[in-house]
Amino acid sequence: MKHDFDVVVVGGGHAGTEAAHAAARMGVQTALVTLRREDIGVMSCNPAIGGLGKGHLVREIDAMDGVMGRVADLAGIQFRLLNRRKGPAVQGPRSQADRAIYRREMLAATLTQDNLTVIAGETTDFLMSDGRVTGIRLADDSEIRAQAVILTTGTFLRGIIHIGDEQRPGGRMGDRPSVKLAERLESFALPLGRLKTGTPPRLDGRTINWDLLEKQPGDDDPVMFSFLSRKPSARQISCGITYTNERTHEIITANLGRSAMYGGHIGGVGPRYCPSIEDKVVRFADKTSHQIFLEPEGLSDHTIYPNGISTSLPVDVQKDYVRSIKGLENATILQPGYAIEYDYVDPRSLDATLSLKSVPGLFLAGQINGTTGYEEAAAQGLVAGLNAAMIVQGREPAHFGRTESYIGVMVDDLITRGVSEPYRMFTSRAEMRLALRADNADQRLTPKAIDLGCVSRIREDVFTAKAEKLTHGRDILQSRSWTPSELAGLDVVMSQDGTRRNGMALLAFPDISFRDIAPLAAEISEIEPEIQRQLENDALYANYIERQKRDIEALKRDEAHVIPRDFEFDGISGLSNELKAKLSAVRPENLAQAGRVDGMTPAALTLLLVKLRRDKRERVV
Amino acid sequence: MIRFSGSRSFTGENVVEFHVHGSTAVISAILRELGRMDGLRAAEPGEFTRRALENDRLDLAQVEGLADLIESETEAQRRQALRVLAGDLGRRAEKWRGDLIRAAALLEATIDFADEDVPVDVRPEVRVLLEGTRAELEREAKGVQTAERIRTGFEVAILGAPNTGKSTLLNTLAGREAAITSEIAGTTRDVIEVRMDLGGLPVTLLDTAGLRETDDKVESIGIARARERAELADLRVILVENGGPIPPGGFEAGANDIVLRAKSDLQDEKSGGISGLTGDGVDDLVDRITQFLSTQAGSTGIATRERHRISFENAVAALDEASRQLDFGDSRTDIAAEELRSAVRSLDALVGRVDVENILDEIFSSFCIGK
Repeated sequence: MKHDFDVVVVGGGHAGTEAAHAAARMGVQTALVTLRREDIGVMSCNPAIGGLGKGHLVREIDAMDGVMGRVADLAGIQFRLLNRRKGPAVQGPRSQADRAIYRREMLAATLTQDNLTVIAGETTDFLMSDGRVTGIRLADDSEIRAQAVILTTGTFLRGIIHIGDEQRPGGRMGDRPSVKLAERLESFALPLGRLKTGTPPRLDGRTINWDLLEKQPGDDDPVMFSFLSRKPSARQISCGITYTNERTHEIITANLGRSAMYGGHIGGVGPRYCPSIEDKVVRFADKTSHQIFLEPEGLSDHTIYPNGISTSLPVDVQKDYVRSIKGLENATILQPGYAIEYDYVDPRSLDATLSLKSVPGLFLAGQINGTTGYEEAAAQGLVAGLNAAMIVQGREPAHFGRTESYIGVMVDDLITRGVSEPYRMFTSRAEMRLALRADNADQRLTPKAIDLGCVSRIREDVFTAKAEKLTHGRDILQSRSWTPSELAGLDVVMSQDGTRRNGMALLAFPDISFRDIAPLAAEISEIEPEIQRQLENDALYANYIERQKRDIEALKRDEAHVIPRDFEFDGISGLSNELKAKLSAVRPENLAQAGRVDGMTPAALTLLLVKLRRDKRERVV
Repeated sequence: MIRFSGSRSFTGENVVEFHVHGSTAVISAILRELGRMDGLRAAEPGEFTRRALENDRLDLAQVEGLADLIESETEAQRRQALRVLAGDLGRRAEKWRGDLIRAAALLEATIDFADEDVPVDVRPEVRVLLEGTRAELEREAKGVQTAERIRTGFEVAILGAPNTGKSTLLNTLAGREAAITSEIAGTTRDVIEVRMDLGGLPVTLLDTAGLRETDDKVESIGIARARERAELADLRVILVENGGPIPPGGFEAGANDIVLRAKSDLQDEKSGGISGLTGDGVDDLVDRITQFLSTQAGSTGIATRERHRISFENAVAALDEASRQLDFGDSRTDIAAEELRSAVRSLDALVGRVDVENILDEIFSSFCIGK
């Protein structure tokens, strides 16, 4: 069969761009189909990238040579490393992004990427052949054939926008939902759920009295997302901080009945970590004030995103409550806040490559899978894009495990547990949090990316050079050791237990840093500052990571026992019917996932393993 | 003590086998000593089989044969854990769970929502929660209280419709009038326990209220208890009236349960029947009970107790370390949280699995998170 492209990506948001770039980097011919070119890289919610957990995802995408981190660095107008005073494992880089620069740079990166073609058009249907998706049809009836299609269309499935008691169908503000495509998806009879999310009113920055407000500047030494970036390129700015007050809360309380959510117009489930201002006022009635961050949307844009007051109240009420807030007394609303309700596909119908188990050739990534956030979307795009390319190349899937990456944690959470609210990354979701750090994302993932073949020459060189320096630095620290009495001259407290400790062991002490041990040997002080920081982090967590290693190995061993897609759970003798039914419904992809199925016992797992081995042997014979 | 090199052992790994005197005290002491060694832990049910399989030491048919054994070992451990939790210890475990989740939620809130409206210093509250739990766990670890609660040995429940001679059978087995018997159906209302030695095994026999539909409040509580205890027992002896329903009162008999025809002295057909009154079939029953129980992992009780003690000790050590890390200040919050997670994991079997969702629930219900 003739293919116009190897992989087609539908949608140019954060999932779509990352998916298209990933597939193209793998060297397969890729088309990115989007309504308008200008939609590529649009940030429809707040103008910020990264944060806690999310910053980890961006670093991991970057370690796989993805685009989000590099573009966010170019567009960043304020960089802050969150949790700076806490341990490096839970520090998360975050930036305010200039929307216009982000869009411009993402478009430029997309247009210049080899093997990637941008096509402007409305996707109206899939081409099907023997139950397999073999391409897409556009509104002008033209067809694009491909071996794999990645759908990244966000909230377009039965999307409804609510502003107070007004409703209209739509994806993001101003977009039209594709009805035909939705009907086609419906024909696949996928399990769907309904979610909602909200945005605040956008304000005109020229009408805000900044002089009255607290300022939040960026960090003095900005931390970049990409391992390839060195420093910000855009001018840096501060955000403002203000607070709601009792008057604000009175206005909201008096108008609750007119809120889409409280007026009973919305049935979807919203995220608990991102409640509307109505929600905050009702649920935490004893709090008389809530913090609001006034985030500029760009250097050449007057729009301000007031983070903290998303709402589905009618426009006139939004205006009243905004103006009750300090500094916003005369503020003009450029675009009212709204809530959006949409269907998502239960991600348990996906496998670990994010392709639908029941519809070969079709991958889903981003908000359509019940997640929220640019970073979560982009990370899924990366996984789908790489794996679509693997199909084209006839290779084994690219797997991201829970023990190696936040990406793996997210994919595993989604496909094995599903979602009950829009899924967002938190560091607490990662069992191996101390090992999966933003600072070592490159060491965790870039070797894998090099193996897969999705990295540029530059990336590979930068990584190899750093890896060599790290090894060298570690060797220096481990090659020599000192007794407590030899360390007596240093300004550190140490028990006189006679134990010899090497440099790494010394760095594990809470009050010992590189500066303290530098006098011990000349070559220690010659280690570059960046490498020093990394080694300090490694030393800090070394004991814990060592302790977790056994768990990780056990888990990896179980993950390595892959259960084929056509595996018959019914054929396992000695397994209860209840368990057989559960396993057949969940269709775990490996033994580790099977172990997490409710009701699994060690005996059942052993029986499953026996059957897997027997099948494998028969296949070989 | 016998040493097997990897090439000759069951699992294919180096194995050391201890052959010791079978007394509870000796086994406990050895388990305790081994439990203290770093890097050593009790095997999970089926772990030896699993390793043997992974190392290609077993053919597949052999493993399938072992599956039943693993299942019964798992089941025995589960029952033991349930029995512990049904008591007073279970109620306290519930409180530990709540306190540990709260402490974890406080720490995680300052980590995952640092940029938001959460209390800046949660350490005072976390400390109170950790220290309170730690003190109780340490008391448990010393075994002063647990020793009475975690029973060793097996439980065998006698079940059946009213007036099928359950109490008579119990008295015959016990060799004394432990339970009141009469012709009046529903005489036994509470669960009666008799501890005895059956074929060398420590067994607690449970006589239970007859299973039937009743309007009598006291009797129906007794029946509910009978069902509850019977489900937790290691084995059930079910007495069925001639022509009566199997199982009686809708109780589902397990595959290993012993079902017998009641009051065989009143019937011509003797086989498969039992009579506490004449002693007919009693020896046979004792044989069947001891045979079944001795194939069960014989020291499940001691092992479970030892497992609990080790989990208490590990949890105490982890909580101590968590507190120590908190003292270093903010920069070690992540490590303190890791120690706390490890404490909770040690207590899994007692407090139930704590999932990130439990912690997020607590965070979102206590703090107004969200920008």
